[in-house]
Amino acid sequence: MLALYLRDLRMGVRAGGGALTGVLFFLAVIVTIPFGVGPDLNLLARIGPAILWIGALLASLLGLDRLFQADREDGSLDLLVLNADRHMLALTVLVKCLAHWTASVLPLVIAAPLLGLFMNMELIGIGAAALTLLVGTPAIVFIGATGAAVTVALPRGGLLISVLVLPLVIPVLIFGVTASYGAVNDPDPFTPPFLILCALTMFLAVIGPLAAAVALRSGTD
Amino acid sequence: MRLIAENLSGERGGEPVFEDIGFTLENGEALIVTGPNGSGKSTLLRVIAGLLPHASGRIGIEGGGEEFPTVAAACHYLGHQNAMKAALTVRENLEFWQSFAGSGKLGIADALDDVGLGGLSHLPFGYLSTGQKRRAAIAKLRISHRPVWLLDEPTAGLDKASDARLAGLMRDHCAAGGIVVAATHLPLGLEGVKALEMGRVHV
Repeated sequence: MLALYLRDLRMGVRAGGGALTGVLFFLAVIVTIPFGVGPDLNLLARIGPAILWIGALLASLLGLDRLFQADREDGSLDLLVLNADRHMLALTVLVKCLAHWTASVLPLVIAAPLLGLFMNMELIGIGAAALTLLVGTPAIVFIGATGAAVTVALPRGGLLISVLVLPLVIPVLIFGVTASYGAVNDPDPFTPPFLILCALTMFLAVIGPLAAAVALRSGTD
Repeated sequence: MRLIAENLSGERGGEPVFEDIGFTLENGEALIVTGPNGSGKSTLLRVIAGLLPHASGRIGIEGGGEEFPTVAAACHYLGHQNAMKAALTVRENLEFWQSFAGSGKLGIADALDDVGLGGLSHLPFGYLSTGQKRRAAIAKLRISHRPVWLLDEPTAGLDKASDARLAGLMRDHCAAGGIVVAATHLPLGLEGVKALEMGRVHV
């Protein structure tokens, strides 16, 4: 399993892996917002956490279509499915999700504090947004894996995945943004929405790979 | 160990591709599946592996013990694609499959020597020629132990010398008690094997 993680990680960072596309998209979205909204610093600070979250959410959906499609095209997916007796397929999917998260989504989390400065956010707000992104983005990948597994046979499945997955990640977005606001706006609490976000991620870490495994198994042709 | 198929029927997209296929393969036996394009050779192999559901009949393995309870667990499947990543080197690809699928009798270097790719393990897989890619995929069969080999057009892209080498590897595998099912157009140079001719072509 470690070998699978390392292989997918290597694939992500080597030429053509596309791990940095997400970061560039994220950068482009966040840098454009102040130009569109105008130089109202208070307004930027107020919408900052939400914009960071939306940008990260959309950016992390970008590479998802390749999660299983690359393996399907070169025949690896067949062998991963055939080895299901040795390595439970859901576990294989989970490891692939974690590798994808490390290669494509973790850079977003690392870039988020820097981009928070563009939004004139306070230091503690930036920290809270980065922390909620760190905890919440795996959930996006786990749901996305299900979408990727369902659309694995479609050559242009990328947009379809986003449409399938977006309604399901709305709760993650809501609690992530609520927790980020809770850290800076005094009466609002930080801990309860943050804990719910943690719970969502753990819940989806189980449900997502299981559903994806079922879809992959019935999707081989 | 026995690989048994009874009255096996397969379909694709609701269209029947083959019907009533039956065979029994004991340890050390090979089955060569021949037939024109579209007669269902690849579908048959995928049905045997369990990658496609069968429409009717039964496919199973007997005497596989705890290690090989199902055909999927007992088989190496070599499809049309080589299941290797172009961006990784040959060695990295094989190391991954060895640690994922379990190790066999041969190390990676020995398996590559056997297919004549001894000096090329440091190259990215994408740099190899078609035949060399196929040979690397054949080396993959030997670095993890599986008693059943399901080979779909294994000689595609191979030159004559490699054809003979592959036939030798298949003979060795059978001599060691393995089972081979190969779909092919070409005579593979195996003697005393069972043959299955897929006849009806569905358009």
